[in-house]
Amino acid sequence: MQRFEYHRAADTAAAIALAARAPEPHYLGGGTNLVDLMRENIERPRTIIDVTALSSAIEARPDGGILIGAGAKNTAVAEHRAIRERFPMLARAILAGASAQIRNMATVGGNLLQRTRCYYFYDDAAHCNKRKPGTGCDAVEGFNRIHAILGASPSCVATHPSDMCVALAALDAIVHVEGPGGRRSLPFGAFHRLPGDRPDLETALGPAELITAVELPAGAAGLRSTYRKVRDRASYAFALVSVAAALRIEDGKLAEVRLALGGVAHKPWRAATAEAALRGKPAGADAFRAAAEAELAAARPLSGNAFKIELAKRTIAATLSELAGARP
Amino acid sequence: MRFSINGADHEIDFDIRTSLLDLLREHLQLTGTKKGCDQGACGACTVLVDGERINACLALAVQYQGRAITTIEGLGTPGHLHALQAAFVEHDGFQCGYCTPGQICSAVGMAAEARRGVPSVVTADLAATQIALDHDELRERMSGNLCRCGAHNGIIDAVRQVLAREAA
Repeated sequence: MQRFEYHRAADTAAAIALAARAPEPHYLGGGTNLVDLMRENIERPRTIIDVTALSSAIEARPDGGILIGAGAKNTAVAEHRAIRERFPMLARAILAGASAQIRNMATVGGNLLQRTRCYYFYDDAAHCNKRKPGTGCDAVEGFNRIHAILGASPSCVATHPSDMCVALAALDAIVHVEGPGGRRSLPFGAFHRLPGDRPDLETALGPAELITAVELPAGAAGLRSTYRKVRDRASYAFALVSVAAALRIEDGKLAEVRLALGGVAHKPWRAATAEAALRGKPAGADAFRAAAEAELAAARPLSGNAFKIELAKRTIAATLSELAGARP
Repeated sequence: MRFSINGADHEIDFDIRTSLLDLLREHLQLTGTKKGCDQGACGACTVLVDGERINACLALAVQYQGRAITTIEGLGTPGHLHALQAAFVEHDGFQCGYCTPGQICSAVGMAAEARRGVPSVVTADLAATQIALDHDELRERMSGNLCRCGAHNGIIDAVRQVLAREAA
Protein backbone atom coordinates (compact mmCIF):
# COMPACT_ATOMS: atom_id res chain seq x y z
CA MET A 1 0.00 0.00 0.00
CA GLN A 2 1.33 3.39 -0.97
CA ARG A 3 1.97 5.87 1.84
CA PHE A 4 -0.67 8.55 2.41
CA GLU A 5 -1.53 11.38 4.73
CA TYR A 6 -4.66 10.85 6.81
CA HIS A 7 -7.06 13.63 7.72
CA ARG A 8 -10.36 13.36 9.55
CA ALA A 9 -12.68 16.08 8.26
CA ALA A 10 -14.63 17.99 10.91
CA ASP A 11 -17.18 19.34 8.44
CA THR A 12 -18.10 19.26 4.75
CA ALA A 13 -16.44 22.61 3.91
CA ALA A 14 -13.15 21.52 5.45
CA ALA A 15 -13.24 18.19 3.60
CA ILE A 16 -13.82 19.88 0.24
CA ALA A 17 -11.21 22.59 0.83
CA LEU A 18 -8.63 19.92 1.65
CA ALA A 19 -9.59 17.75 -1.34
CA ALA A 20 -9.27 20.78 -3.64
CA ARG A 21 -5.65 21.51 -2.67
CA ALA A 22 -4.12 18.25 -1.37
CA PRO A 23 -2.09 15.94 -3.65
CA GLU A 24 -4.05 12.98 -5.09
CA PRO A 25 -6.90 13.10 -2.60
CA HIS A 26 -9.50 10.44 -1.96
CA TYR A 27 -12.48 10.62 0.37
CA LEU A 28 -12.77 7.66 2.74
CA GLY A 29 -16.01 6.23 4.12
CA GLY A 30 -16.17 2.78 5.68
CA GLY A 31 -13.23 1.64 3.56
CA THR A 32 -14.71 -1.75 2.64
CA ASN A 33 -13.81 -1.29 -1.03
CA LEU A 34 -11.16 1.46 -0.97
CA VAL A 35 -8.88 -0.13 1.65
CA ASP A 36 -8.92 -3.39 -0.30
CA LEU A 37 -8.09 -1.58 -3.56
CA MET A 38 -5.29 0.36 -1.85
CA ARG A 39 -3.82 -2.87 -0.51
CA GLU A 40 -3.83 -4.26 -4.08
CA ASN A 41 -2.21 -1.02 -5.32
CA ILE A 42 -5.15 -0.44 -7.67
CA GLU A 43 -6.01 2.79 -5.85
CA ARG A 44 -3.01 4.91 -4.81
CA PRO A 45 -4.23 8.07 -3.07
CA ARG A 46 -1.67 10.30 -1.35
CA THR A 47 -4.22 12.08 0.78
CA ILE A 48 -7.02 10.29 2.60
CA ILE A 49 -9.87 12.48 3.83
CA ASP A 50 -12.03 10.54 6.27
CA VAL A 51 -15.60 11.83 5.93
CA THR A 52 -17.29 9.38 8.30
CA ALA A 53 -17.78 12.15 10.89
CA LEU A 54 -20.05 14.04 8.46
CA SER A 55 -23.81 13.58 8.23
CA SER A 56 -25.20 10.12 8.86
CA ALA A 57 -28.69 11.32 9.76
CA ILE A 58 -31.78 9.69 8.21
CA GLU A 59 -34.63 12.18 8.04
CA ALA A 60 -38.10 10.84 7.29
CA ARG A 61 -40.15 13.72 5.93
CA PRO A 62 -43.88 14.20 6.44
CA ASP A 63 -44.49 14.19 2.66
CA GLY A 64 -43.23 10.59 2.47
CA GLY A 65 -39.73 11.32 1.19
CA ILE A 66 -36.55 10.50 3.10
CA LEU A 67 -33.17 12.26 3.20
CA ILE A 68 -30.22 9.98 3.96
CA GLY A 69 -26.88 11.48 5.03
CA ALA A 70 -24.02 10.11 2.93
CA GLY A 71 -22.29 8.84 6.07
CA ALA A 72 -25.21 6.61 7.09
CA LYS A 73 -24.16 2.99 7.37
CA ASN A 74 -25.86 0.45 5.10
CA THR A 75 -27.30 -1.36 8.13
CA ALA A 76 -28.73 1.87 9.52
CA VAL A 77 -30.60 2.49 6.26
CA ALA A 78 -31.89 -1.08 5.94
CA GLU A 79 -33.19 -1.19 9.52
CA HIS A 80 -34.77 2.27 9.51
CA ARG A 81 -38.47 1.85 10.07
CA ALA A 82 -39.61 4.48 7.56
CA ILE A 83 -37.42 2.97 4.84
CA ARG A 84 -38.71 -0.54 5.53
CA GLU A 85 -42.29 0.67 5.39
CA ARG A 86 -42.14 3.23 2.55
CA PHE A 87 -39.38 1.79 0.33
CA PRO A 88 -39.09 -1.94 1.07
CA MET A 89 -37.16 -2.58 -2.17
CA LEU A 90 -34.33 -0.41 -0.85
CA ALA A 91 -34.12 -2.20 2.50
CA ARG A 92 -34.18 -5.57 0.74
CA ALA A 93 -31.57 -4.54 -1.82
CA ILE A 94 -29.17 -3.43 0.89
CA LEU A 95 -29.74 -6.62 2.88
CA ALA A 96 -29.03 -8.67 -0.27
CA GLY A 97 -25.57 -7.12 -0.52
CA ALA A 98 -22.25 -8.14 1.07
CA SER A 99 -22.30 -9.50 4.64
CA ALA A 100 -23.62 -8.08 7.91
CA GLN A 101 -20.08 -7.10 8.92
CA ILE A 102 -19.54 -5.13 5.73
CA ARG A 103 -23.00 -3.52 5.90
CA ASN A 104 -22.09 -2.31 9.39
CA MET A 105 -19.01 -0.54 7.98
CA ALA A 106 -20.06 0.63 4.51
CA THR A 107 -21.61 4.06 3.99
CA VAL A 108 -24.29 5.16 1.54
CA GLY A 109 -21.92 7.58 -0.20
CA GLY A 110 -19.27 4.90 -0.53
CA ASN A 111 -21.77 2.41 -1.89
CA LEU A 112 -22.45 4.74 -4.85
CA LEU A 113 -18.71 4.96 -5.53
CA GLN A 114 -17.86 1.25 -5.43
CA ARG A 115 -15.51 0.10 -8.15
CA THR A 116 -16.32 -2.84 -10.39
CA ARG A 117 -15.47 -6.40 -9.31
CA CYS A 118 -14.15 -7.30 -12.80
CA TYR A 119 -11.21 -9.69 -12.26
CA TYR A 120 -9.09 -7.86 -14.81
CA PHE A 121 -9.62 -4.51 -13.10
CA TYR A 122 -8.32 -6.06 -9.87
CA ASP A 123 -5.32 -7.72 -11.58
CA ASP A 124 -2.50 -5.25 -12.05
CA ALA A 125 -0.89 -7.60 -14.64
CA ALA A 126 -3.97 -7.56 -16.90
CA HIS A 127 -4.98 -5.02 -19.53
CA CYS A 128 -7.75 -2.75 -18.31
CA ASN A 129 -8.94 0.53 -19.82
CA LYS A 130 -10.66 1.42 -16.56
CA ARG A 131 -7.53 1.01 -14.44
CA LYS A 132 -5.06 2.27 -17.05
CA PRO A 133 -6.78 4.08 -19.95
CA GLY A 134 -5.69 3.02 -23.41
CA THR A 135 -4.21 -0.35 -22.44
CA GLY A 136 -7.07 -2.51 -23.72
CA CYS A 137 -9.56 -4.88 -22.10
CA ASP A 138 -8.73 -8.49 -21.31
CA ALA A 139 -12.33 -9.24 -20.29
CA VAL A 140 -13.78 -8.91 -23.81
CA GLU A 141 -12.00 -12.08 -24.93
CA GLY A 142 -11.44 -13.51 -21.45
CA PHE A 143 -13.48 -14.98 -18.62
CA ASN A 144 -16.55 -12.78 -18.88
CA ARG A 145 -19.33 -14.78 -17.29
CA ILE A 146 -20.03 -11.98 -14.77
CA HIS A 147 -19.77 -9.14 -17.26
CA ALA A 148 -22.19 -6.73 -18.94
CA ILE A 149 -24.87 -7.52 -21.51
CA LEU A 150 -26.29 -3.99 -21.81
CA GLY A 151 -24.68 -0.62 -22.52
CA ALA A 152 -21.12 -1.95 -22.74
CA SER A 153 -18.45 -0.75 -25.16
CA PRO A 154 -15.41 -2.31 -26.84
CA SER A 155 -13.37 -0.48 -24.17
CA CYS A 156 -15.09 -1.94 -21.12
CA VAL A 157 -17.60 -4.67 -20.28
CA ALA A 158 -17.46 -4.30 -16.49
CA THR A 159 -20.58 -4.20 -14.32
CA HIS A 160 -21.46 -2.00 -11.36
CA PRO A 161 -21.48 -4.20 -8.24
CA SER A 162 -23.99 -2.41 -6.01
CA ASP A 163 -27.38 -3.77 -4.99
CA MET A 164 -28.45 -0.61 -3.17
CA CYS A 165 -27.90 1.49 -6.29
CA VAL A 166 -30.28 -0.66 -8.34
CA ALA A 167 -33.08 0.23 -5.93
CA LEU A 168 -32.03 3.89 -5.89
CA ALA A 169 -32.24 3.92 -9.71
CA ALA A 170 -35.76 2.52 -9.64
CA LEU A 171 -36.81 4.99 -6.93
CA ASP A 172 -35.59 8.07 -8.88
CA ALA A 173 -33.31 9.00 -5.99
CA ILE A 174 -31.53 12.35 -6.01
CA VAL A 175 -27.83 12.57 -5.22
CA HIS A 176 -26.84 15.74 -3.36
CA VAL A 177 -23.22 16.74 -3.89
CA GLU A 178 -21.06 19.64 -2.78
CA GLY A 179 -17.77 20.79 -4.23
CA PRO A 180 -15.51 23.81 -4.67
CA GLY A 181 -18.13 25.32 -6.99
CA GLY A 182 -21.00 24.93 -4.55
CA ARG A 183 -23.91 22.52 -4.18
CA ARG A 184 -25.87 20.67 -6.85
CA SER A 185 -28.31 17.80 -7.11
CA LEU A 186 -28.16 15.01 -9.67
CA PRO A 187 -30.94 12.64 -10.71
CA PHE A 188 -29.74 9.13 -9.93
CA GLY A 189 -29.80 8.10 -13.59
CA ALA A 190 -27.29 10.86 -14.39
CA PHE A 191 -24.89 10.01 -11.58
CA HIS A 192 -23.20 6.90 -13.01
CA ARG A 193 -21.83 6.79 -16.57
CA LEU A 194 -21.80 4.15 -19.28
CA PRO A 195 -18.23 3.22 -20.26
CA GLY A 196 -18.01 4.55 -23.84
CA ASP A 197 -14.34 5.14 -24.60
CA ARG A 198 -13.59 6.48 -21.10
CA PRO A 199 -14.43 3.66 -18.66
CA ASP A 200 -12.08 5.26 -16.12
CA LEU A 201 -14.72 7.97 -15.67
CA GLU A 202 -17.49 6.31 -13.68
CA THR A 203 -19.60 9.13 -12.28
CA ALA A 204 -20.60 12.72 -12.94
CA LEU A 205 -18.67 13.94 -9.89
CA GLY A 206 -16.18 16.76 -10.55
CA PRO A 207 -12.82 17.19 -8.83
CA ALA A 208 -13.14 17.36 -5.01
CA GLU A 209 -16.94 16.96 -5.20
CA LEU A 210 -18.36 15.06 -2.24
CA ILE A 211 -21.65 13.19 -1.98
CA THR A 212 -23.44 14.73 1.01
CA ALA A 213 -26.83 12.98 0.92
CA VAL A 214 -29.16 10.75 -1.06
CA GLU A 215 -32.80 11.77 -1.22
CA LEU A 216 -35.71 9.41 -1.79
CA PRO A 217 -38.52 11.46 -3.32
CA ALA A 218 -42.03 10.86 -2.03
CA GLY A 219 -43.21 9.72 -5.47
CA ALA A 220 -42.46 6.02 -4.97
CA ALA A 221 -43.28 5.92 -1.26
CA GLY A 222 -45.70 3.19 -0.30
CA LEU A 223 -45.63 1.39 -3.66
CA ARG A 224 -45.61 -2.39 -3.51
CA SER A 225 -41.95 -3.11 -4.17
CA THR A 226 -39.19 -5.66 -3.80
CA TYR A 227 -35.68 -6.65 -4.86
CA ARG A 228 -34.71 -10.05 -6.21
CA LYS A 229 -31.08 -11.09 -6.61
CA VAL A 230 -29.80 -14.12 -8.51
CA ARG A 231 -26.27 -15.23 -7.67
CA ASP A 232 -23.99 -18.25 -7.65
CA ARG A 233 -24.61 -19.01 -3.98
CA ALA A 234 -27.50 -18.24 -1.67
CA SER A 235 -25.77 -15.44 0.22
CA TYR A 236 -22.72 -13.19 0.24
CA ALA A 237 -22.06 -13.04 -3.49
CA PHE A 238 -22.39 -10.38 -6.16
CA ALA A 239 -25.41 -10.46 -8.46
CA LEU A 240 -25.40 -12.25 -11.78
CA VAL A 241 -28.72 -10.51 -12.37
CA SER A 242 -30.88 -8.55 -9.97
CA VAL A 243 -34.22 -6.79 -10.29
CA ALA A 244 -35.66 -3.89 -8.31
CA ALA A 245 -39.35 -3.54 -9.04
CA ALA A 246 -42.30 -1.50 -7.82
CA LEU A 247 -45.83 -1.30 -9.10
CA ARG A 248 -49.31 0.01 -8.47
CA ILE A 249 -52.32 -1.71 -9.95
CA GLU A 250 -55.64 0.07 -10.50
CA ASP A 251 -58.63 -1.82 -11.90
CA GLY A 252 -56.34 -4.68 -12.94
CA LYS A 253 -54.11 -2.36 -14.94
CA LEU A 254 -50.56 -1.20 -14.22
CA ALA A 255 -50.99 2.42 -13.19
CA GLU A 256 -47.34 2.69 -12.20
CA VAL A 257 -44.27 0.51 -12.81
CA ARG A 258 -40.67 1.03 -11.79
CA LEU A 259 -37.99 -1.41 -12.86
CA ALA A 260 -34.19 -1.46 -12.63
CA LEU A 261 -31.59 -4.18 -13.22
CA GLY A 262 -28.29 -4.95 -11.54
CA GLY A 263 -25.36 -7.12 -12.65
CA VAL A 264 -25.99 -6.41 -16.33
CA ALA A 265 -24.33 -3.06 -17.08
CA HIS A 266 -21.65 -0.52 -16.16
CA LYS A 267 -24.29 1.34 -14.16
CA PRO A 268 -27.54 0.41 -12.43
CA TRP A 269 -29.83 -0.16 -15.42
CA ARG A 270 -33.19 1.59 -15.35
CA ALA A 271 -35.43 -0.56 -17.54
CA ALA A 272 -37.30 2.31 -19.18
CA THR A 273 -38.30 0.28 -22.24
CA ALA A 274 -39.99 -2.38 -20.14
CA GLU A 275 -41.67 0.27 -17.98
CA ALA A 276 -43.10 2.00 -21.06
CA ALA A 277 -44.31 -1.33 -22.45
CA LEU A 278 -46.18 -2.10 -19.24
CA ARG A 279 -47.75 1.23 -18.32
CA GLY A 280 -51.52 1.02 -18.60
CA LYS A 281 -51.46 -2.68 -19.55
CA PRO A 282 -53.32 -5.39 -17.64
CA ALA A 283 -51.04 -6.98 -15.04
CA GLY A 284 -50.17 -10.53 -15.99
CA ALA A 285 -47.46 -13.02 -16.84
CA ASP A 286 -47.74 -12.48 -20.61
CA ALA A 287 -47.32 -8.72 -20.32
CA PHE A 288 -44.39 -9.12 -17.95
CA ARG A 289 -42.59 -11.53 -20.27
CA ALA A 290 -43.20 -9.28 -23.29
CA ALA A 291 -41.84 -6.26 -21.43
CA ALA A 292 -38.75 -8.21 -20.40
CA GLU A 293 -38.22 -9.28 -24.03
CA ALA A 294 -38.48 -5.63 -25.11
CA GLU A 295 -35.92 -4.49 -22.54
CA LEU A 296 -33.42 -7.21 -23.36
CA ALA A 297 -33.75 -6.77 -27.14
CA ALA A 298 -30.74 -4.46 -26.91
CA ALA A 299 -28.64 -7.02 -25.01
CA ARG A 300 -25.32 -8.09 -26.57
CA PRO A 301 -23.75 -11.18 -25.04
CA LEU A 302 -20.03 -11.88 -24.68
CA SER A 303 -18.50 -15.36 -25.09
CA GLY A 304 -19.36 -16.42 -21.54
CA ASN A 305 -22.47 -14.56 -20.40
CA ALA A 306 -25.29 -15.17 -22.90
CA PHE A 307 -27.13 -16.97 -20.09
CA LYS A 308 -27.68 -13.61 -18.42
CA ILE A 309 -30.12 -12.52 -21.14
CA GLU A 310 -32.66 -15.27 -20.48
CA LEU A 311 -31.92 -15.09 -16.74
CA ALA A 312 -32.73 -11.37 -16.75
CA LYS A 313 -35.97 -11.92 -18.66
CA ARG A 314 -37.14 -14.65 -16.31
CA THR A 315 -36.13 -12.71 -13.21
CA ILE A 316 -37.98 -9.60 -14.40
CA ALA A 317 -41.13 -11.60 -15.16
CA ALA A 318 -40.96 -13.57 -11.90
CA THR A 319 -40.40 -10.47 -9.75
CA LEU A 320 -43.24 -8.53 -11.35
CA SER A 321 -45.53 -11.57 -11.06
CA GLU A 322 -44.69 -11.88 -7.38
CA LEU A 323 -45.54 -8.21 -6.81
CA ALA A 324 -48.74 -8.40 -8.83
CA GLY A 325 -49.80 -11.55 -7.05
CA ALA A 326 -50.07 -13.22 -10.46
CA ARG A 327 -49.01 -16.74 -11.36
CA PRO A 328 -45.37 -16.63 -12.54
CA MET B 1 -3.18 7.22 19.12
CA ARG B 2 -5.48 5.95 21.85
CA PHE B 3 -7.46 2.72 21.56
CA SER B 4 -9.90 1.02 23.90
CA ILE B 5 -9.65 -2.75 23.51
CA ASN B 6 -11.44 -5.25 25.72
CA GLY B 7 -11.94 -2.53 28.32
CA ALA B 8 -8.28 -1.52 28.52
CA ASP B 9 -6.80 1.69 27.09
CA HIS B 10 -3.74 1.50 24.84
CA GLU B 11 -1.58 4.37 23.58
CA ILE B 12 -0.02 3.11 20.33
CA ASP B 13 2.03 4.64 17.54
CA PHE B 14 1.97 2.83 14.18
CA ASP B 15 2.23 3.16 10.40
CA ILE B 16 -0.95 4.90 9.23
CA ARG B 17 -1.54 2.10 6.68
CA THR B 18 -2.08 -0.50 9.40
CA SER B 19 -5.40 -2.33 9.44
CA LEU B 20 -7.25 -2.83 12.71
CA LEU B 21 -6.54 -6.55 12.27
CA ASP B 22 -2.76 -6.03 12.05
CA LEU B 23 -2.88 -3.56 14.94
CA LEU B 24 -4.51 -6.21 17.13
CA ARG B 25 -2.30 -9.10 16.05
CA GLU B 26 1.10 -7.50 15.39
CA HIS B 27 1.17 -4.56 17.79
CA LEU B 28 -0.91 -5.81 20.71
CA GLN B 29 -0.30 -9.56 20.37
CA LEU B 30 -4.05 -10.17 20.49
CA THR B 31 -3.75 -13.10 18.08
CA GLY B 32 -7.18 -14.56 18.81
CA THR B 33 -8.51 -12.49 15.91
CA LYS B 34 -7.48 -14.37 12.77
CA LYS B 35 -6.29 -13.30 9.34
CA GLY B 36 -7.92 -15.46 6.68
CA CYS B 37 -8.42 -13.78 3.31
CA ASP B 38 -7.43 -10.22 4.34
CA GLN B 39 -9.99 -8.90 1.84
CA GLY B 40 -13.36 -9.08 3.54
CA ALA B 41 -14.45 -12.41 2.11
CA CYS B 42 -14.14 -14.86 5.01
CA GLY B 43 -15.01 -13.16 8.31
CA ALA B 44 -12.17 -14.75 10.33
CA CYS B 45 -11.15 -11.24 11.46
CA THR B 46 -14.58 -10.28 12.83
CA VAL B 47 -14.43 -8.09 15.94
CA LEU B 48 -17.00 -5.92 17.71
CA VAL B 49 -16.84 -2.11 17.65
CA ASP B 50 -19.30 -0.44 20.02
CA GLY B 51 -21.10 -3.78 19.98
CA GLU B 52 -21.35 -4.03 16.17
CA ARG B 53 -19.52 -6.69 14.18
CA ILE B 54 -17.08 -5.55 11.50
CA ASN B 55 -14.26 -7.04 9.42
CA ALA B 56 -11.03 -5.83 11.05
CA CYS B 57 -9.06 -6.56 7.86
CA LEU B 58 -10.96 -3.90 5.88
CA ALA B 59 -10.75 -1.34 8.68
CA LEU B 60 -7.93 1.20 8.75
CA ALA B 61 -7.00 1.22 12.44
CA VAL B 62 -6.71 5.01 12.51
CA GLN B 63 -10.48 5.28 11.95
CA TYR B 64 -11.26 3.38 15.15
CA GLN B 65 -9.48 5.50 17.75
CA GLY B 66 -11.52 5.95 20.90
CA ARG B 67 -14.13 3.30 19.97
CA ALA B 68 -14.88 0.35 22.24
CA ILE B 69 -13.28 -2.63 20.48
CA THR B 70 -14.00 -6.17 21.68
CA THR B 71 -12.09 -9.23 20.47
CA ILE B 72 -12.47 -12.90 21.34
CA GLU B 73 -10.02 -12.34 24.22
CA GLY B 74 -12.55 -9.91 25.70
CA LEU B 75 -15.48 -12.32 25.48
CA GLY B 76 -14.17 -15.35 27.39
CA THR B 77 -11.09 -16.94 28.95
CA PRO B 78 -10.01 -20.59 29.15
CA GLY B 79 -11.24 -20.74 32.74
CA HIS B 80 -14.40 -18.78 32.10
CA LEU B 81 -15.82 -19.51 28.67
CA HIS B 82 -18.40 -17.30 27.01
CA ALA B 83 -21.68 -19.17 26.60
CA LEU B 84 -21.08 -19.35 22.84
CA GLN B 85 -17.60 -20.80 23.31
CA ALA B 86 -19.01 -23.54 25.54
CA ALA B 87 -21.79 -24.22 23.04
CA PHE B 88 -19.32 -24.45 20.13
CA VAL B 89 -17.43 -27.13 22.10
CA GLU B 90 -20.63 -28.99 22.93
CA HIS B 91 -21.95 -28.96 19.33
CA ASP B 92 -18.67 -29.54 17.45
CA GLY B 93 -18.92 -26.04 15.98
CA PHE B 94 -15.35 -26.29 14.65
CA GLN B 95 -12.61 -28.62 13.53
CA CYS B 96 -9.40 -26.63 12.99
CA GLY B 97 -10.74 -23.66 14.96
CA TYR B 98 -9.31 -20.95 12.73
CA CYS B 99 -12.65 -19.34 11.89
CA THR B 100 -14.05 -19.81 15.40
CA PRO B 101 -13.10 -16.46 17.04
CA GLY B 102 -14.66 -14.65 14.08
CA GLN B 103 -17.74 -16.90 14.17
CA ILE B 104 -18.27 -16.20 17.87
CA CYS B 105 -17.73 -12.43 17.66
CA SER B 106 -20.06 -12.42 14.65
CA ALA B 107 -22.74 -14.36 16.54
CA VAL B 108 -22.57 -11.88 19.45
CA GLY B 109 -23.07 -8.99 17.04
CA MET B 110 -25.78 -10.88 15.16
CA ALA B 111 -27.76 -11.47 18.35
CA ALA B 112 -27.66 -7.76 19.16
CA GLU B 113 -28.90 -6.93 15.64
CA ALA B 114 -31.77 -9.39 16.01
CA ARG B 115 -32.72 -7.96 19.44
CA ARG B 116 -33.15 -4.49 17.94
CA GLY B 117 -35.20 -5.92 15.05
CA VAL B 118 -32.77 -5.63 12.11
CA PRO B 119 -34.31 -7.67 9.27
CA SER B 120 -32.34 -9.89 6.88
CA VAL B 121 -32.86 -10.57 3.20
CA VAL B 122 -34.76 -13.77 4.04
CA THR B 123 -37.14 -11.99 6.44
CA ALA B 124 -40.51 -12.28 4.70
CA ASP B 125 -42.13 -9.25 6.33
CA LEU B 126 -39.71 -6.33 6.46
CA ALA B 127 -42.15 -4.33 8.56
CA ALA B 128 -42.20 -6.95 11.34
CA THR B 129 -40.89 -5.77 14.70
CA GLN B 130 -40.15 -9.27 16.06
CA ILE B 131 -38.00 -11.68 14.11
CA ALA B 132 -37.84 -15.42 14.80
CA LEU B 133 -34.28 -16.60 14.22
CA ASP B 134 -35.00 -19.93 12.52
CA HIS B 135 -32.46 -22.02 10.62
CA ASP B 136 -32.70 -20.00 7.39
CA GLU B 137 -32.38 -16.67 9.23
CA LEU B 138 -29.28 -17.84 11.10
CA ARG B 139 -27.64 -19.21 7.96
CA GLU B 140 -28.22 -15.92 6.17
CA ARG B 141 -27.14 -13.74 9.09
CA MET B 142 -23.93 -15.75 9.61
CA SER B 143 -23.07 -15.93 5.89
CA GLY B 144 -20.20 -13.46 6.31
CA ASN B 145 -18.27 -16.12 8.24
CA LEU B 146 -16.91 -19.04 6.22
CA CYS B 147 -15.81 -22.36 7.72
CA ARG B 148 -13.69 -24.43 5.35
CA CYS B 149 -13.89 -27.47 7.64
CA GLY B 150 -17.63 -27.46 7.02
CA ALA B 151 -18.75 -27.13 10.64
CA HIS B 152 -21.61 -24.82 9.72
CA ASN B 153 -24.31 -27.17 11.01
CA GLY B 154 -22.62 -27.39 14.42
CA ILE B 155 -22.12 -23.63 14.43
CA ILE B 156 -25.80 -22.98 13.77
CA ASP B 157 -26.79 -25.51 16.46
CA ALA B 158 -24.50 -23.81 18.99
CA VAL B 159 -25.81 -20.35 18.19
CA ARG B 160 -29.43 -21.53 18.30
CA GLN B 161 -28.93 -23.11 21.71
CA VAL B 162 -27.40 -19.98 23.23
CA LEU B 163 -30.09 -17.73 21.74
CA ALA B 164 -32.81 -20.05 23.04
CA ARG B 165 -31.32 -20.02 26.56
CA GLU B 166 -31.07 -16.22 26.49
CA ALA B 167 -34.71 -15.98 25.46
CA ALA B 168 -35.85 -18.40 28.18
